[in-house]
Amino acid sequence: MSVRSTLRASPTLLRVGFAGAVAYRAEMIVWVLATTMPLVMLALWTAVADGGPIGRYGRPEFIAYFLATFVVRQLTGCWVFWEMTFEVRNGTLAMRLLRPIHPLWTYAFESIAATPMRIVVCVPAAIATLLVVGRNGVTHDPVMWAAWLVSISGAWVLTLLVNFIVGSASFFVESSLKIMDLWLVFYFVLSGYLIPVDLFPPPLRHIIDWLPFRFQIGLPVEIMTGAVSGRECLVLLARQWAWVLAAFLATAATWRLGLKRFASYGG
Amino acid sequence: MIRVRALRKHYTVYEREPGLGAAVRSLFHRRTKTVAAVDGIDFDIAPGERVGFLGPNGAGKTTTLKVLAGLLHPTSGEVAVAGYEPRRRQDGFLKQITLVLGQKQQLIWDLPPSETFEMNRAVYDVPRAAYQATLRELSELLELQELVKKPARTLSLGERMKCELAAALIHRPKVLFLDEPTIGLDVSMQAIVRSFVKRYNERNGATLLLTSHYMDDVAHLCPRVIVIDRGKLVYDGALDALVTRIRPDKRVVLRFSRAVEAGDLGGFGELLQHDGGHSVLRVRKDEVNSVVGRALATLPISDLTVEDPPLEEVMSELFSRRRPAISEGAPP
Repeated sequence: MSVRSTLRASPTLLRVGFAGAVAYRAEMIVWVLATTMPLVMLALWTAVADGGPIGRYGRPEFIAYFLATFVVRQLTGCWVFWEMTFEVRNGTLAMRLLRPIHPLWTYAFESIAATPMRIVVCVPAAIATLLVVGRNGVTHDPVMWAAWLVSISGAWVLTLLVNFIVGSASFFVESSLKIMDLWLVFYFVLSGYLIPVDLFPPPLRHIIDWLPFRFQIGLPVEIMTGAVSGRECLVLLARQWAWVLAAFLATAATWRLGLKRFASYGG
Repeated sequence: MIRVRALRKHYTVYEREPGLGAAVRSLFHRRTKTVAAVDGIDFDIAPGERVGFLGPNGAGKTTTLKVLAGLLHPTSGEVAVAGYEPRRRQDGFLKQITLVLGQKQQLIWDLPPSETFEMNRAVYDVPRAAYQATLRELSELLELQELVKKPARTLSLGERMKCELAAALIHRPKVLFLDEPTIGLDVSMQAIVRSFVKRYNERNGATLLLTSHYMDDVAHLCPRVIVIDRGKLVYDGALDALVTRIRPDKRVVLRFSRAVEAGDLGGFGELLQHDGGHSVLRVRKDEVNSVVGRALATLPISDLTVEDPPLEEVMSELFSRRRPAISEGAPP
Protein backbone atom coordinates (compact mmCIF):
# COMPACT_ATOMS: atom_id res chain seq x y z
CA MET A 1 0.00 0.00 0.00
CA SER A 2 1.42 3.36 -0.96
CA VAL A 3 2.07 5.97 1.73
CA ARG A 4 -0.80 8.04 0.28
CA SER A 5 -3.26 5.15 0.54
CA THR A 6 -2.00 4.38 4.03
CA LEU A 7 -2.57 7.99 5.09
CA ARG A 8 -6.05 7.90 3.51
CA ALA A 9 -6.86 4.79 5.56
CA SER A 10 -5.29 6.21 8.73
CA PRO A 11 -8.38 7.98 10.22
CA THR A 12 -10.34 4.72 10.09
CA LEU A 13 -7.41 2.70 11.46
CA LEU A 14 -6.99 5.19 14.31
CA ARG A 15 -10.71 5.21 15.06
CA VAL A 16 -10.91 1.40 15.13
CA GLY A 17 -7.68 1.29 17.15
CA PHE A 18 -9.15 3.73 19.66
CA ALA A 19 -12.30 1.61 19.92
CA GLY A 20 -10.00 -1.36 20.67
CA ALA A 21 -8.13 0.64 23.33
CA VAL A 22 -11.43 1.59 24.95
CA ALA A 23 -12.48 -2.08 24.92
CA TYR A 24 -9.26 -2.88 26.80
CA ARG A 25 -9.61 0.07 29.21
CA ALA A 26 -9.28 -2.09 32.32
CA GLU A 27 -6.03 -3.56 31.03
CA MET A 28 -4.86 -0.07 30.15
CA ILE A 29 -5.45 1.15 33.70
CA VAL A 30 -3.51 -1.82 35.06
CA TRP A 31 -0.69 -0.97 32.62
CA VAL A 32 -0.68 2.63 33.85
CA LEU A 33 -0.45 1.39 37.44
CA ALA A 34 2.47 -0.78 36.38
CA THR A 35 4.35 2.27 35.08
CA THR A 36 4.21 4.33 38.24
CA MET A 37 7.86 3.61 39.06
CA PRO A 38 8.76 7.30 38.46
CA LEU A 39 6.37 8.22 41.28
CA VAL A 40 8.09 5.70 43.55
CA MET A 41 11.48 7.13 42.55
CA LEU A 42 10.10 10.61 43.18
CA ALA A 43 9.35 9.67 46.80
CA LEU A 44 12.77 8.07 47.25
CA TRP A 45 14.85 10.82 45.68
CA THR A 46 12.98 13.68 47.37
CA ALA A 47 13.60 11.98 50.73
CA VAL A 48 17.30 11.77 49.86
CA ALA A 49 17.27 15.42 48.73
CA ASP A 50 15.93 16.51 52.12
CA GLY A 51 19.50 16.02 53.36
CA GLY A 52 20.76 18.51 50.78
CA PRO A 53 20.77 18.85 46.97
CA ILE A 54 22.32 16.11 44.85
CA GLY A 55 24.04 17.61 41.87
CA ARG A 56 21.65 20.18 40.50
CA TYR A 57 18.66 18.38 42.04
CA GLY A 58 16.94 19.67 45.15
CA ARG A 59 13.46 18.56 46.23
CA PRO A 60 11.50 20.63 43.64
CA GLU A 61 13.83 19.57 40.80
CA PHE A 62 13.33 15.89 41.63
CA ILE A 63 9.54 16.38 41.75
CA ALA A 64 9.54 18.12 38.38
CA TYR A 65 11.90 15.52 36.87
CA PHE A 66 9.97 12.42 37.92
CA LEU A 67 6.51 13.82 37.17
CA ALA A 68 7.84 14.72 33.70
CA THR A 69 9.29 11.21 33.44
CA PHE A 70 5.87 9.77 34.24
CA VAL A 71 4.26 11.90 31.50
CA VAL A 72 6.92 10.99 28.91
CA ARG A 73 6.66 7.29 29.79
CA GLN A 74 2.89 7.40 29.24
CA LEU A 75 3.26 9.13 25.90
CA THR A 76 6.00 6.84 24.57
CA GLY A 77 4.83 3.54 26.07
CA CYS A 78 4.53 0.76 23.52
CA TRP A 79 4.13 -3.01 23.88
CA VAL A 80 3.85 -3.94 20.21
CA PHE A 81 6.66 -6.52 20.54
CA TRP A 82 4.45 -8.63 22.78
CA GLU A 83 1.66 -8.77 20.21
CA MET A 84 4.09 -9.40 17.36
CA THR A 85 5.75 -12.28 19.22
CA PHE A 86 2.37 -13.80 20.00
CA GLU A 87 1.14 -13.46 16.41
CA VAL A 88 4.32 -14.89 14.89
CA ARG A 89 4.25 -17.86 17.25
CA ASN A 90 0.62 -18.82 16.71
CA GLY A 91 0.47 -17.79 13.07
CA THR A 92 -2.19 -15.07 13.34
CA LEU A 93 0.24 -12.63 11.75
CA ALA A 94 -1.07 -14.26 8.55
CA MET A 95 -4.28 -12.23 8.81
CA ARG A 96 -2.30 -8.95 8.82
CA LEU A 97 -0.13 -10.11 5.93
CA LEU A 98 -3.19 -10.72 3.77
CA ARG A 99 -4.20 -7.06 3.87
CA PRO A 100 -2.72 -4.54 1.42
CA ILE A 101 -1.10 -2.46 4.14
CA HIS A 102 2.25 -3.13 5.74
CA PRO A 103 1.66 -4.94 9.07
CA LEU A 104 4.09 -2.60 10.83
CA TRP A 105 1.82 0.33 9.91
CA THR A 106 -1.14 -1.44 11.49
CA TYR A 107 0.82 -2.08 14.70
CA ALA A 108 1.92 1.56 14.71
CA PHE A 109 -1.65 2.84 14.29
CA GLU A 110 -2.89 0.58 17.08
CA SER A 111 -0.18 1.97 19.33
CA ILE A 112 -0.93 5.61 18.45
CA ALA A 113 -4.66 5.02 18.87
CA ALA A 114 -4.14 4.23 22.55
CA THR A 115 -2.50 7.63 23.16
CA PRO A 116 -5.71 9.57 24.00
CA MET A 117 -6.39 7.11 26.81
CA ARG A 118 -2.87 7.70 28.10
CA ILE A 119 -3.20 11.46 27.84
CA VAL A 120 -6.15 11.21 30.20
CA VAL A 121 -3.70 9.78 32.74
CA CYS A 122 -0.96 12.30 31.92
CA VAL A 123 -3.02 15.44 32.41
CA PRO A 124 -3.37 15.09 36.21
CA ALA A 125 0.39 14.42 36.48
CA ALA A 126 1.15 17.51 34.37
CA ILE A 127 -1.21 19.65 36.46
CA ALA A 128 0.36 18.25 39.65
CA THR A 129 3.80 19.25 38.36
CA LEU A 130 2.68 22.83 37.85
CA LEU A 131 0.87 23.01 41.19
CA VAL A 132 3.69 21.49 43.26
CA VAL A 133 6.78 23.04 41.70
CA GLY A 134 5.23 26.07 40.01
CA ARG A 135 5.88 27.33 36.51
CA ASN A 136 9.63 27.24 37.14
CA GLY A 137 9.57 23.46 37.15
CA VAL A 138 9.31 23.40 33.36
CA THR A 139 10.94 25.36 30.58
CA HIS A 140 9.37 28.69 29.54
CA ASP A 141 11.11 28.90 26.18
CA PRO A 142 8.72 28.23 23.24
CA VAL A 143 11.71 27.11 21.13
CA MET A 144 12.50 24.46 23.73
CA TRP A 145 8.88 23.31 23.68
CA ALA A 146 9.23 22.89 19.92
CA ALA A 147 12.42 20.93 20.58
CA TRP A 148 10.47 18.89 23.14
CA LEU A 149 7.92 17.98 20.46
CA VAL A 150 10.75 16.79 18.22
CA SER A 151 12.30 14.81 21.08
CA ILE A 152 9.04 13.19 22.24
CA SER A 153 8.30 12.18 18.63
CA GLY A 154 11.82 10.74 18.33
CA ALA A 155 11.42 8.91 21.64
CA TRP A 156 8.11 7.40 20.53
CA VAL A 157 9.40 6.34 17.10
CA LEU A 158 12.60 4.91 18.59
CA THR A 159 10.65 2.92 21.18
CA LEU A 160 8.27 1.66 18.48
CA LEU A 161 11.16 0.61 16.24
CA VAL A 162 12.88 -1.20 19.12
CA ASN A 163 9.59 -3.04 19.63
CA PHE A 164 9.53 -3.94 15.92
CA ILE A 165 13.10 -5.25 16.03
CA VAL A 166 12.45 -7.38 19.11
CA GLY A 167 9.10 -8.54 17.68
CA SER A 168 10.78 -9.48 14.38
CA ALA A 169 13.39 -11.46 16.33
CA SER A 170 10.62 -13.95 17.08
CA PHE A 171 10.91 -15.10 13.45
CA PHE A 172 14.38 -16.41 14.41
CA VAL A 173 14.02 -17.56 18.03
CA GLU A 174 11.12 -19.36 19.66
CA SER A 175 10.20 -16.36 21.77
CA SER A 176 11.75 -12.92 21.81
CA LEU A 177 10.15 -11.83 25.08
CA LYS A 178 13.40 -12.39 26.98
CA ILE A 179 15.25 -10.18 24.51
CA MET A 180 12.95 -7.33 25.52
CA ASP A 181 13.51 -8.18 29.19
CA LEU A 182 17.23 -7.74 28.60
CA TRP A 183 16.66 -4.45 26.76
CA LEU A 184 14.45 -3.20 29.58
CA VAL A 185 17.17 -3.84 32.17
CA PHE A 186 19.44 -1.35 30.37
CA TYR A 187 16.50 0.91 29.55
CA PHE A 188 15.44 1.27 33.19
CA VAL A 189 18.96 1.98 34.42
CA LEU A 190 20.47 4.04 31.59
CA SER A 191 17.51 5.98 30.17
CA GLY A 192 16.95 8.37 33.07
CA TYR A 193 13.80 6.49 34.09
CA LEU A 194 15.02 5.65 37.59
CA ILE A 195 18.05 7.93 37.96
CA PRO A 196 18.55 11.26 36.16
CA VAL A 197 21.33 10.74 33.64
CA ASP A 198 23.35 13.70 34.90
CA LEU A 199 23.78 12.00 38.29
CA PHE A 200 25.89 9.23 36.76
CA PRO A 201 29.69 9.53 37.12
CA PRO A 202 31.19 11.39 34.11
CA PRO A 203 32.86 8.36 32.40
CA LEU A 204 29.62 6.36 32.52
CA ARG A 205 27.59 9.38 31.44
CA HIS A 206 29.84 9.77 28.41
CA ILE A 207 28.96 6.20 27.39
CA ILE A 208 25.25 6.79 28.07
CA ASP A 209 25.32 9.80 25.75
CA TRP A 210 26.12 7.45 22.84
CA LEU A 211 23.63 4.70 23.73
CA PRO A 212 19.97 4.77 22.59
CA PHE A 213 18.28 4.44 26.00
CA ARG A 214 18.51 8.10 27.05
CA PHE A 215 16.76 9.11 23.84
CA GLN A 216 13.72 7.00 24.73
CA ILE A 217 12.97 8.87 28.00
CA GLY A 218 15.73 11.08 29.37
CA LEU A 219 16.09 13.61 26.57
CA PRO A 220 12.41 14.73 26.40
CA VAL A 221 12.34 14.94 30.21
CA GLU A 222 15.53 17.01 30.30
CA ILE A 223 14.23 19.40 27.63
CA MET A 224 10.86 19.68 29.38
CA THR A 225 12.48 20.52 32.75
CA GLY A 226 15.01 22.90 31.25
CA ALA A 227 18.03 20.69 32.07
CA VAL A 228 19.37 20.92 28.52
CA SER A 229 19.15 23.76 26.03
CA GLY A 230 20.92 25.47 23.17
CA ARG A 231 23.68 23.69 21.27
CA GLU A 232 23.72 20.71 23.65
CA CYS A 233 20.03 20.14 22.92
CA LEU A 234 20.62 20.22 19.15
CA VAL A 235 23.49 17.73 19.41
CA LEU A 236 21.39 15.37 21.50
CA LEU A 237 18.42 15.66 19.12
CA ALA A 238 20.72 14.86 16.20
CA ARG A 239 21.99 11.79 18.06
CA GLN A 240 18.43 10.75 18.90
CA TRP A 241 17.35 10.86 15.26
CA ALA A 242 20.53 9.10 14.17
CA TRP A 243 19.41 6.27 16.46
CA VAL A 244 15.92 6.46 14.91
CA LEU A 245 17.49 6.03 11.46
CA ALA A 246 19.67 3.13 12.64
CA ALA A 247 16.66 1.45 14.27
CA PHE A 248 14.63 1.97 11.10
CA LEU A 249 17.28 0.23 8.99
CA ALA A 250 17.56 -2.59 11.53
CA THR A 251 13.76 -2.97 11.54
CA ALA A 252 13.64 -3.19 7.73
CA ALA A 253 16.39 -5.82 7.70
CA THR A 254 15.04 -8.03 10.52
CA TRP A 255 11.48 -7.86 9.17
CA ARG A 256 12.48 -8.71 5.60
CA LEU A 257 14.76 -11.57 6.60
CA GLY A 258 12.36 -12.80 9.24
CA LEU A 259 9.33 -12.87 6.98
CA LYS A 260 11.03 -15.44 4.75
CA ARG A 261 11.13 -17.73 7.78
CA PHE A 262 7.48 -17.18 8.75
CA ALA A 263 5.87 -20.60 9.00
CA SER A 264 2.28 -19.46 9.65
CA TYR A 265 1.68 -22.29 12.10
CA GLY A 266 -1.66 -23.36 13.41
CA GLY A 267 -3.90 -24.26 10.47
CA MET B 1 -5.77 -17.49 -13.12
CA ILE B 2 -3.58 -19.83 -11.02
CA ARG B 3 -0.47 -21.52 -12.34
CA VAL B 4 1.74 -23.76 -10.22
CA ARG B 5 4.91 -25.44 -11.50
CA ALA B 6 7.20 -27.79 -9.56
CA LEU B 7 6.19 -26.15 -6.28
CA ARG B 8 8.18 -27.28 -3.26
CA LYS B 9 7.93 -26.11 0.31
CA HIS B 10 10.31 -27.77 2.73
CA TYR B 11 10.54 -27.05 6.46
CA THR B 12 13.38 -27.70 8.85
CA VAL B 13 11.98 -29.00 12.12
CA TYR B 14 13.68 -29.82 15.41
CA GLU B 15 13.23 -33.24 16.91
CA ARG B 16 13.89 -34.58 20.36
CA GLU B 17 12.87 -37.53 22.47
CA PRO B 18 10.77 -36.97 25.60
CA GLY B 19 12.45 -36.83 29.02
CA LEU B 20 14.92 -34.77 31.00
CA GLY B 21 18.02 -36.34 29.46
CA ALA B 22 16.85 -35.53 25.95
CA ALA B 23 16.00 -31.97 27.04
CA VAL B 24 19.55 -31.48 28.38
CA ARG B 25 21.14 -33.08 25.29
CA SER B 26 19.07 -30.81 23.04
CA LEU B 27 20.73 -27.80 24.68
CA PHE B 28 24.05 -28.85 23.14
CA HIS B 29 22.96 -30.69 20.02
CA ARG B 30 19.66 -30.05 18.25
CA ARG B 31 18.61 -32.73 15.81
CA THR B 32 16.90 -31.37 12.72
CA LYS B 33 14.89 -32.96 9.98
CA THR B 34 13.73 -31.58 6.66
CA VAL B 35 10.05 -32.13 6.02
CA ALA B 36 8.76 -31.88 2.45
CA ALA B 37 5.30 -30.38 3.11
CA VAL B 38 4.82 -29.81 -0.63
CA ASP B 39 7.06 -31.80 -2.92
CA GLY B 40 6.92 -30.75 -6.56
CA ILE B 41 3.30 -30.22 -7.59
CA ASP B 42 1.94 -28.72 -10.82
CA PHE B 43 -1.54 -27.56 -11.69
CA ASP B 44 -3.47 -24.78 -13.43
CA ILE B 45 -6.85 -23.31 -12.50
CA ALA B 46 -8.85 -21.26 -14.99
CA PRO B 47 -10.76 -18.07 -14.07
CA GLY B 48 -14.13 -18.83 -12.48
CA GLU B 49 -13.34 -22.50 -11.78
CA ARG B 50 -14.34 -24.15 -8.50
CA VAL B 51 -11.76 -26.68 -7.44
CA GLY B 52 -11.63 -28.91 -4.38
CA PHE B 53 -8.20 -29.45 -2.89
CA LEU B 54 -8.22 -32.76 -1.07
CA GLY B 55 -5.84 -34.86 0.94
CA PRO B 56 -5.43 -36.45 4.36
CA ASN B 57 -4.16 -34.45 7.35
CA GLY B 58 -0.61 -33.27 6.75
CA ALA B 59 -0.84 -33.79 2.99
CA GLY B 60 0.26 -30.21 2.24
CA LYS B 61 -3.10 -28.63 1.34
CA THR B 62 -2.97 -25.69 3.73
CA THR B 63 0.72 -25.12 3.03
CA THR B 64 -0.08 -24.88 -0.68
CA LEU B 65 -2.91 -22.43 -0.04
CA LYS B 66 -0.63 -20.29 2.12
CA VAL B 67 2.00 -20.23 -0.63
CA LEU B 68 -0.69 -19.23 -3.16
CA ALA B 69 -1.86 -16.46 -0.83
CA GLY B 70 1.69 -15.14 -0.40
CA LEU B 71 2.04 -16.03 3.28
CA LEU B 72 4.80 -18.58 2.76
CA HIS B 73 7.83 -18.32 0.52
CA PRO B 74 8.21 -21.45 -1.62
CA THR B 75 11.44 -23.40 -1.34
CA SER B 76 11.47 -23.73 -5.13
CA GLY B 77 9.14 -23.73 -8.11
CA GLU B 78 6.97 -21.17 -9.85
CA VAL B 79 3.65 -19.80 -8.65
CA ALA B 80 1.50 -17.19 -10.36
CA VAL B 81 -1.92 -15.99 -9.18
CA ALA B 82 -3.82 -13.42 -11.27
CA GLY B 83 -0.54 -12.62 -13.01
CA TYR B 84 1.33 -11.91 -9.76
CA GLU B 85 4.05 -13.74 -7.87
CA PRO B 86 2.31 -14.21 -4.49
CA ARG B 87 5.41 -14.07 -2.26
CA ARG B 88 5.97 -10.45 -3.32
CA ARG B 89 2.59 -9.54 -1.78
CA GLN B 90 2.02 -6.57 -4.08
CA ASP B 91 -1.10 -4.49 -3.43
CA GLY B 92 -2.58 -5.43 -6.81
CA PHE B 93 -2.34 -9.08 -5.83
CA LEU B 94 -3.66 -8.72 -2.28
CA LYS B 95 -6.66 -6.74 -3.51
CA GLN B 96 -7.65 -9.61 -5.81
CA ILE B 97 -7.45 -12.50 -3.38
CA THR B 98 -8.78 -13.61 -0.05
CA LEU B 99 -7.87 -16.48 2.22
CA VAL B 100 -10.32 -17.75 4.80
CA LEU B 101 -8.74 -20.03 7.37
CA GLY B 102 -11.43 -21.90 9.28
CA GLN B 103 -9.18 -22.09 12.33
CA LYS B 104 -7.99 -18.49 12.32
CA GLN B 105 -9.93 -15.28 12.50
CA GLN B 106 -9.48 -11.79 11.18
CA LEU B 107 -12.38 -10.30 13.13
CA ILE B 108 -11.23 -7.98 15.92
CA TRP B 109 -12.09 -10.09 18.95
CA ASP B 110 -13.49 -7.44 21.29
CA LEU B 111 -15.23 -5.23 18.73
CA PRO B 112 -18.35 -5.80 16.63
CA PRO B 113 -17.67 -7.26 13.14
CA SER B 114 -18.87 -3.97 11.63
CA GLU B 115 -15.58 -2.42 12.84
CA THR B 116 -13.53 -5.07 11.01
CA PHE B 117 -15.65 -4.48 7.87
CA GLU B 118 -15.03 -0.75 8.13
CA MET B 119 -11.30 -1.27 8.64
CA ASN B 120 -11.14 -3.54 5.58
CA ARG B 121 -13.03 -0.93 3.56
CA ALA B 122 -10.35 1.63 4.41
CA VAL B 123 -7.40 -0.72 3.91
CA TYR B 124 -8.66 -2.10 0.60
CA ASP B 125 -9.60 1.42 -0.48
CA VAL B 126 -13.17 0.41 -1.38
CA PRO B 127 -15.31 3.42 -2.39
CA ARG B 128 -18.04 4.13 0.17
CA ALA B 129 -20.94 3.47 -2.24
CA ALA B 130 -19.48 0.15 -3.44
CA TYR B 131 -18.85 -0.82 0.19
CA GLN B 132 -22.46 -0.13 1.17
CA ALA B 133 -23.74 -2.13 -1.80
CA THR B 134 -21.45 -5.09 -1.05
CA LEU B 135 -22.35 -5.02 2.62
CA ARG B 136 -26.09 -4.99 1.81
CA GLU B 137 -25.65 -7.96 -0.51
CA LEU B 138 -23.51 -9.93 1.96
CA SER B 139 -25.91 -9.15 4.82
CA GLU B 140 -28.79 -10.42 2.77
CA LEU B 141 -27.06 -13.59 1.56
CA LEU B 142 -25.56 -14.47 4.93
CA GLU B 143 -28.38 -13.08 7.08
CA LEU B 144 -25.97 -10.98 9.14
CA GLN B 145 -28.38 -8.22 10.29
CA GLU B 146 -27.96 -7.86 14.08
CA LEU B 147 -24.80 -9.99 14.24
CA VAL B 148 -22.56 -7.20 13.04
CA LYS B 149 -23.36 -5.07 16.08
CA LYS B 150 -22.33 -7.60 18.75
CA PRO B 151 -18.68 -8.01 19.87
CA ALA B 152 -17.12 -10.84 17.86
CA ARG B 153 -16.26 -12.76 21.02
CA THR B 154 -19.96 -13.13 21.88
CA LEU B 155 -20.91 -14.73 18.53
CA SER B 156 -21.39 -18.46 18.09
CA LEU B 157 -18.95 -20.35 15.86
CA GLY B 158 -21.39 -20.36 12.94
CA GLU B 159 -22.25 -16.66 13.33
CA ARG B 160 -18.57 -15.83 13.49
CA MET B 161 -17.79 -17.80 10.33
CA LYS B 162 -20.54 -15.92 8.47
CA CYS B 163 -18.98 -12.63 9.59
CA GLU B 164 -15.49 -13.93 8.69
CA LEU B 165 -16.71 -14.66 5.17
CA ALA B 166 -18.26 -11.21 4.89
CA ALA B 167 -15.05 -9.54 6.15
CA ALA B 168 -13.02 -11.55 3.64
CA LEU B 169 -15.24 -10.49 0.74
CA ILE B 170 -15.71 -6.75 1.39
CA HIS B 171 -13.23 -5.99 -1.40
CA ARG B 172 -14.91 -8.44 -3.83
CA PRO B 173 -11.85 -10.61 -4.48
CA LYS B 174 -11.51 -12.51 -7.74
CA VAL B 175 -9.73 -15.48 -6.16
CA LEU B 176 -11.02 -17.24 -3.04
CA PHE B 177 -8.82 -19.59 -1.08
CA LEU B 178 -11.01 -21.29 1.50
CA ASP B 179 -9.36 -23.58 4.02
CA GLU B 180 -11.90 -25.61 5.99
CA PRO B 181 -14.52 -22.84 5.96
CA THR B 182 -17.18 -25.11 7.48
CA ILE B 183 -15.09 -26.73 10.21
CA GLY B 184 -17.07 -27.12 13.43
CA LEU B 185 -20.31 -25.84 11.92
CA ASP B 186 -23.60 -27.72 12.21
CA VAL B 187 -25.22 -29.23 9.13
CA SER B 188 -27.58 -26.34 8.41
CA MET B 189 -24.83 -23.74 8.80
CA GLN B 190 -22.60 -25.78 6.49
CA ALA B 191 -25.36 -25.70 3.88
CA ILE B 192 -25.73 -21.90 4.24
CA VAL B 193 -21.99 -21.34 3.81
CA ARG B 194 -21.87 -23.71 0.81
CA SER B 195 -24.74 -22.08 -1.01
CA PHE B 196 -23.32 -18.62 -0.26
CA VAL B 197 -19.92 -19.53 -1.69
CA LYS B 198 -21.54 -20.97 -4.81
CA ARG B 199 -23.65 -17.85 -5.36
CA TYR B 200 -20.65 -15.61 -4.87
CA ASN B 201 -18.74 -17.63 -7.47
CA GLU B 202 -21.61 -17.47 -9.94
CA ARG B 203 -22.37 -13.77 -9.46
CA ASN B 204 -18.76 -12.57 -9.51
CA GLY B 205 -17.05 -15.16 -11.69
CA ALA B 206 -14.58 -15.71 -8.86
CA THR B 207 -12.10 -18.57 -8.87
CA LEU B 208 -12.37 -20.91 -5.89
CA LEU B 209 -9.87 -23.29 -4.36
CA LEU B 210 -11.39 -25.09 -1.40
CA THR B 211 -10.08 -27.53 1.16
CA SER B 212 -12.52 -29.31 3.40
CA HIS B 213 -12.78 -32.53 5.32
CA TYR B 214 -16.54 -32.42 4.79
CA MET B 215 -17.02 -34.21 1.52
CA ASP B 216 -20.46 -32.66 1.12
CA ASP B 217 -18.74 -29.29 0.68
CA VAL B 218 -16.64 -30.68 -2.15
CA ALA B 219 -19.47 -32.64 -3.75
CA HIS B 220 -21.75 -29.56 -3.79
CA LEU B 221 -19.19 -26.99 -4.86
CA CYS B 222 -16.40 -28.53 -6.88
CA PRO B 223 -16.76 -30.27 -10.25
CA ARG B 224 -12.97 -30.67 -10.27
CA VAL B 225 -10.69 -31.93 -7.53
CA ILE B 226 -6.96 -31.91 -6.98
CA VAL B 227 -5.76 -34.56 -4.57
CA ILE B 228 -2.40 -34.45 -2.84
CA ASP B 229 -0.85 -36.91 -0.46
CA ARG B 230 2.43 -36.47 1.41
CA GLY B 231 3.16 -33.36 -0.63
CA LYS B 232 2.74 -35.00 -4.03
CA LEU B 233 -0.11 -34.59 -6.47
CA VAL B 234 -1.94 -37.88 -6.96
CA TYR B 235 -5.04 -36.85 -8.91
CA ASP B 236 -6.25 -33.84 -10.86
CA GLY B 237 -9.51 -34.11 -12.72
CA ALA B 238 -13.27 -34.42 -12.54
CA LEU B 239 -14.74 -35.51 -9.25
CA ASP B 240 -17.11 -37.95 -11.02
CA ALA B 241 -14.22 -39.61 -12.82
CA LEU B 242 -12.34 -40.04 -9.56
CA VAL B 243 -15.35 -41.67 -7.92
CA THR B 244 -15.84 -44.01 -10.87
CA ARG B 245 -12.18 -44.92 -10.96
CA ILE B 246 -11.83 -45.68 -7.27
CA ARG B 247 -15.26 -47.19 -6.69
CA PRO B 248 -16.70 -48.58 -9.95
CA ASP B 249 -19.88 -49.67 -8.18
CA LYS B 250 -23.20 -48.13 -7.19
CA ARG B 251 -25.38 -48.14 -4.12
CA VAL B 252 -28.92 -49.43 -4.64
CA VAL B 253 -31.12 -48.23 -1.77
CA LEU B 254 -34.37 -50.17 -1.35
CA ARG B 255 -37.40 -49.42 0.83
CA PHE B 256 -39.96 -52.15 1.25
CA SER B 257 -43.73 -52.01 1.72
CA ARG B 258 -43.42 -55.05 4.09
CA ALA B 259 -40.51 -56.66 5.92
CA VAL B 260 -38.04 -58.64 3.82
CA GLU B 261 -35.53 -61.21 5.12
CA ALA B 262 -31.83 -60.60 4.49
CA GLY B 263 -31.60 -64.03 2.87
CA ASP B 264 -34.03 -62.91 0.13
CA LEU B 265 -31.50 -60.27 -1.04
CA GLY B 266 -28.50 -62.56 -1.49
CA GLY B 267 -28.58 -62.71 -5.28
CA PHE B 268 -28.85 -58.95 -5.83
CA GLY B 269 -25.47 -57.72 -4.66
CA GLU B 270 -23.36 -57.22 -1.55
CA LEU B 271 -25.65 -56.36 1.35
CA LEU B 272 -24.19 -53.35 3.20
CA GLN B 273 -27.13 -52.48 5.43
CA HIS B 274 -30.42 -54.16 6.27
CA ASP B 275 -33.15 -53.55 8.84
CA GLY B 276 -36.16 -55.38 7.38
CA GLY B 277 -37.87 -52.38 5.82
CA HIS B 278 -34.76 -50.77 4.32
CA SER B 279 -31.65 -52.18 2.62
CA VAL B 280 -28.51 -50.85 0.94
CA LEU B 281 -26.78 -53.01 -1.66
CA ARG B 282 -23.42 -52.55 -3.36
CA VAL B 283 -23.84 -53.48 -7.05
CA ARG B 284 -21.35 -53.49 -9.91
CA LYS B 285 -22.06 -50.63 -12.30
CA ASP B 286 -22.67 -52.89 -15.33
CA GLU B 287 -25.17 -54.96 -13.34
CA VAL B 288 -27.29 -52.10 -11.99
CA ASN B 289 -29.99 -52.28 -14.69
CA SER B 290 -30.56 -56.01 -14.32
CA VAL B 291 -30.49 -55.87 -10.49
CA VAL B 292 -33.03 -53.03 -10.46
CA GLY B 293 -35.28 -54.90 -12.89
CA ARG B 294 -35.17 -58.12 -10.86
CA ALA B 295 -35.71 -56.28 -7.58
CA LEU B 296 -38.77 -54.45 -8.89
CA ALA B 297 -40.18 -57.71 -10.25
CA THR B 298 -39.59 -59.92 -7.21
CA LEU B 299 -39.50 -57.73 -4.08
CA PRO B 300 -42.21 -55.58 -2.40
CA ILE B 301 -40.46 -52.28 -3.30
CA SER B 302 -42.00 -48.99 -2.19
CA ASP B 303 -39.02 -46.84 -3.14
CA LEU B 304 -35.72 -47.44 -4.99
CA THR B 305 -32.76 -45.13 -5.58
CA VAL B 306 -29.36 -45.64 -7.22
CA GLU B 307 -26.52 -43.58 -5.74
CA ASP B 308 -22.78 -43.13 -5.99
CA PRO B 309 -20.77 -44.43 -3.04
CA PRO B 310 -20.23 -41.77 -0.32
CA LEU B 311 -17.27 -39.54 -1.15
CA GLU B 312 -15.79 -40.22 2.30
CA GLU B 313 -15.43 -43.90 1.35
CA VAL B 314 -13.89 -43.01 -1.99
CA MET B 315 -11.31 -40.77 -0.33
CA SER B 316 -10.58 -43.26 2.39
CA GLU B 317 -9.93 -45.96 -0.21
CA LEU B 318 -7.86 -43.57 -2.32
CA PHE B 319 -5.53 -42.71 0.54
CA SER B 320 -5.23 -46.30 1.74
CA ARG B 321 -3.83 -47.35 -1.63
CA ARG B 322 -0.22 -46.86 -2.54
CA ARG B 323 0.34 -43.80 -4.74
CA PRO B 324 1.73 -45.67 -7.78
CA ALA B 325 -1.46 -47.73 -7.90
CA ILE B 326 -3.52 -44.65 -8.77
CA SER B 327 -1.11 -43.14 -11.24
CA GLU B 328 -3.77 -43.43 -13.94
CA GLY B 329 -5.28 -40.32 -12.37
CA ALA B 330 -2.04 -38.47 -12.90
CA PRO B 331 -2.09 -34.74 -13.48
CA PRO B 332 -2.48 -33.43 -17.02
